[in-house]
Amino acid sequence: MVFWKRLFAKNTSTHSKNTAKKRLQLVLVQDRLNIGSETLEGLKNDLIAVIGKHLEIDVEAMDVSFCRDGEQVAIVANIPVLQGSKEAV
Amino acid sequence: MGEVIVITSGKGGVGKTTTTANLGTALAMMGKRTVLLDTDIGLRNLDVVMGLENRIVFNLVDVAENRCRLNQAMIKDKKLDTLSLIPAAQTRDKTAITEAQMEKIARTLKKDFDYVLIDCPAGIEQGFKNAVAGADRALVVTTPEISAVRDADRVIGLLEAAGLPHPEVIINRVRFDMVRRGEMMGIDDIIDILAVELIGIVADDEDIVISTNKGEPIAKNQLSAAGKSFRDVARRLAGENVPFQDVGGGRSLWRKVCAVFNR
Repeated sequence: MVFWKRLFAKNTSTHSKNTAKKRLQLVLVQDRLNIGSETLEGLKNDLIAVIGKHLEIDVEAMDVSFCRDGEQVAIVANIPVLQGSKEAV
Repeated sequence: MGEVIVITSGKGGVGKTTTTANLGTALAMMGKRTVLLDTDIGLRNLDVVMGLENRIVFNLVDVAENRCRLNQAMIKDKKLDTLSLIPAAQTRDKTAITEAQMEKIARTLKKDFDYVLIDCPAGIEQGFKNAVAGADRALVVTTPEISAVRDADRVIGLLEAAGLPHPEVIINRVRFDMVRRGEMMGIDDIIDILAVELIGIVADDEDIVISTNKGEPIAKNQLSAAGKSFRDVARRLAGENVPFQDVGGGRSLWRKVCAVFNR
């Protein structure tokens, strides 16, 4: 049974090469932009301050990172909103 | 006027010295007048890889400090009369030589040689800056591992900043069986990430260990696949259009059958 499984196994994304490639791409984005964890932390705190002025956000669950698509680098921020506008009323 | 080529990597242990020895040997076999320059001061090894460790009298630092003439520090290869080596000093450190001195030595050498190959030390400090100082062209050696590719990327950036904008990459120690299984980054993956020109692919080959044990670069071995890979890189350096070997990206049923029985 294992024999046949191996014989007809398909290439899947569980292969470690894909993990290596993804991790490498992320590390290189930071290396190339010369961005350390301090800068990223500072950016995150500023985002909390600015957005927090208007909305109540879940600071614990928020995630700020960089991602690369070809030559383009983007900042991806996932900031869960807990409550609507503070300015209302 | 010859060409000064620095062989670098950032990370240690990826095969810079082996690559320098083999490309030098292969270029000399093509009749090119070639000199190898070991700039890894304090950790010299090109002499042992070339099998010339017993012939050292003077070294690179002696030349820089005017204790001998340039040609007195040159050791002729055992067999190839178009090949010589200038060894590094073993009892000094990277600060024993300056970028200006390196540049002058490289400029002098390329008047008399077709190729000056510089074996760069690992790292990105003074030793790297010295090795790069007089270079016209740069080769970056890497292996299909995250750490080596990351360091190669860093070095490519530094080479560009140092005025060597088009480094070419040699991917060393490739295990094609693992690439086929998807357990090692392939040539395309690495070139895609580094966004540079590929100049060589060398398989992981135990014959390299054996040839290093003997102090005979594998490029001399006509039966070895790794030897051929290095000779191919040398031909590409000299401007020939040499196709890359088939890497075998797909996995045929027959290979799967073999893989099952090999486990």
